[in-house]
Amino acid sequence: MDFLQPSTMAEALAAKAEHPGAVPIAGGTDVMVEMNFDKHRPPALLDVTRVSELTEWGMDDGRVRLGAGVSYTRIIDELGDRLPGLAMASRTVGSPQIRNRGTVGGNLGAASPAGDAHPALLAADAEIELQSTAGTRVVKAHEFYLGVKRNAARRDELITAIVLTPPSGPQQFCKIGTRNAMVISVAAFGLALHPDRRVVRTGIGSVAPTPRRAYAAEEFLAAELESAGLWESRAELPTALAREFGEKVKAAGAPIDDVRGTAAYRLHSLAVMARRAVTWAWTDYRTARGT
Amino acid sequence: MQLSVNGQSRDLELDNRTTLLDALREHLGLIGSKKGCDHGQCGACTVLLDGRRTNACLVLAVTCAGREVATIEGLAGPDGLHPVQQAFVEHDGFQCGYCTPGQIMSAVGMLEEFERGWPSAVTGEVQPAGLTAPEIRERMSGNLCRCGAYVGILAALTDVASRS
Ligand SMILES: Cc1cc2nc3c(=O)[nH]c(=O)nc-3n(C[C@H](O)[C@H](O)[C@H](O)COP(=O)(O)OP(=O)(O)OC[C@H]3O[C@@H](n4cnc5c(N)ncnc54)[C@H](O)[C@@H]3O)c2cc1C
Ligand code: FES
Ligand code: FES
Repeated sequence: MDFLQPSTMAEALAAKAEHPGAVPIAGGTDVMVEMNFDKHRPPALLDVTRVSELTEWGMDDGRVRLGAGVSYTRIIDELGDRLPGLAMASRTVGSPQIRNRGTVGGNLGAASPAGDAHPALLAADAEIELQSTAGTRVVKAHEFYLGVKRNAARRDELITAIVLTPPSGPQQFCKIGTRNAMVISVAAFGLALHPDRRVVRTGIGSVAPTPRRAYAAEEFLAAELESAGLWESRAELPTALAREFGEKVKAAGAPIDDVRGTAAYRLHSLAVMARRAVTWAWTDYRTARGT
Repeated sequence: MQLSVNGQSRDLELDNRTTLLDALREHLGLIGSKKGCDHGQCGACTVLLDGRRTNACLVLAVTCAGREVATIEGLAGPDGLHPVQQAFVEHDGFQCGYCTPGQIMSAVGMLEEFERGWPSAVTGEVQPAGLTAPEIRERMSGNLCRCGAYVGILAALTDVASRS
């Protein structure tokens, strides 16, 4: 097996162009598990941890540019104020040891429907930056997940960053699993209110072949908030509205039965989480903590 | 390659697929770090990599060149056991001892993380004054113990945390 260890972005992109079959390795928390099980013997590994553009984050014109290789631990510690939704999701990934190594770029590379970063990225309208020697392109999160463990990156491309405008309103992330730590979620839900744009965004995990948004639920809630003048009045959120939102989020799921839970249980959990999340987020909005 | 372990530089010849855990155990004879699951779930292989607790089974040794690895073998000082080791002994923090090196290395990393003010999933918006039992349990959740010595581990860590 070849082991490629570039130290600059240019070297990394050249290596990926020359060896499109090389498997990038960041935190290794997915790649190593597969290798240790002998499920996967890649012809080459491409270590991306020494490329500083990938392991840094910064602000650019009000937007966060989060290098694909920034660990969950650093997101929790350094970005909790700017990206609370992603930080909340990061706190639930694996164990402390996994969070010290694991990265959002790796979560995107694996593109598992159960990946915890995805609902938060979808709810924040994040964009994924992909680079190759041919140039840079940007794919919206909701267009990035193509199928079970398939994503929009081409074989010659690296996932280089996640670019997003911090949502102007409150954010929530909820996940249900079998144990508190190291749970692969049975169902997960991300929510962000964007009062500046008067829109609601969602992301659902583990309840469909790919992470996805619950479009109808988003439109329904935004329209109701608008017509009742709730964005301005910041009056209480009617419980019937929260419940209806939960039902509409549930309708976006298309889960399977597996060892971690039946489809019916996943959908039920999803509706409950969505109802709670919107209630909490709205309370934050009313008390203006999240704006 | 050269690997710096417990402050000593060691020369090694390794296949580039060798994990840090196998390099420590099979090539350097440091068998304190245990292989419980080999896929990141049990924490028995926990070491500190540049001060951060890490599952050695999920790291390739070649990626550790130029980094500092700390294992259980290097924890005790010239004056005796590390305070976390001492507390495990005093509070019966183990039965068979298989998970113990990983628990102890993880705890050392955990205490340092708490010191820096890193929040956990159970931390609310206000940082608690000290390491409460729920905080310790959450922060040690990457280390499993098949013998169920959790009561002793919790007591040991509560004790260490209250002293520091
Ligand atoms: C015990 C355990 C518990 C876990 N719990 C959770 C959990 O609760 N929630 C969750 O979401 N995940 C969980 N995971 C899975 C894993 O930790 C996450 O998916 C993590 O985000 C992977 O990041 P990484 O940097 O370690 O990825 P790696 O293993 O390095 O890579 C993962 C994939 O992404 C590709 N990749 C990495 N970086 C790039 C890049 N820059 N460009 C292109 N492709 C790239 C790799 O080739 C590979 O296909 C768990 C894993 C373990 C072992
Ligand atoms: S052996 Fe590494 S976590 Fe179990
Ligand atoms: S003491 Fe036996 S596994 Fe923990």
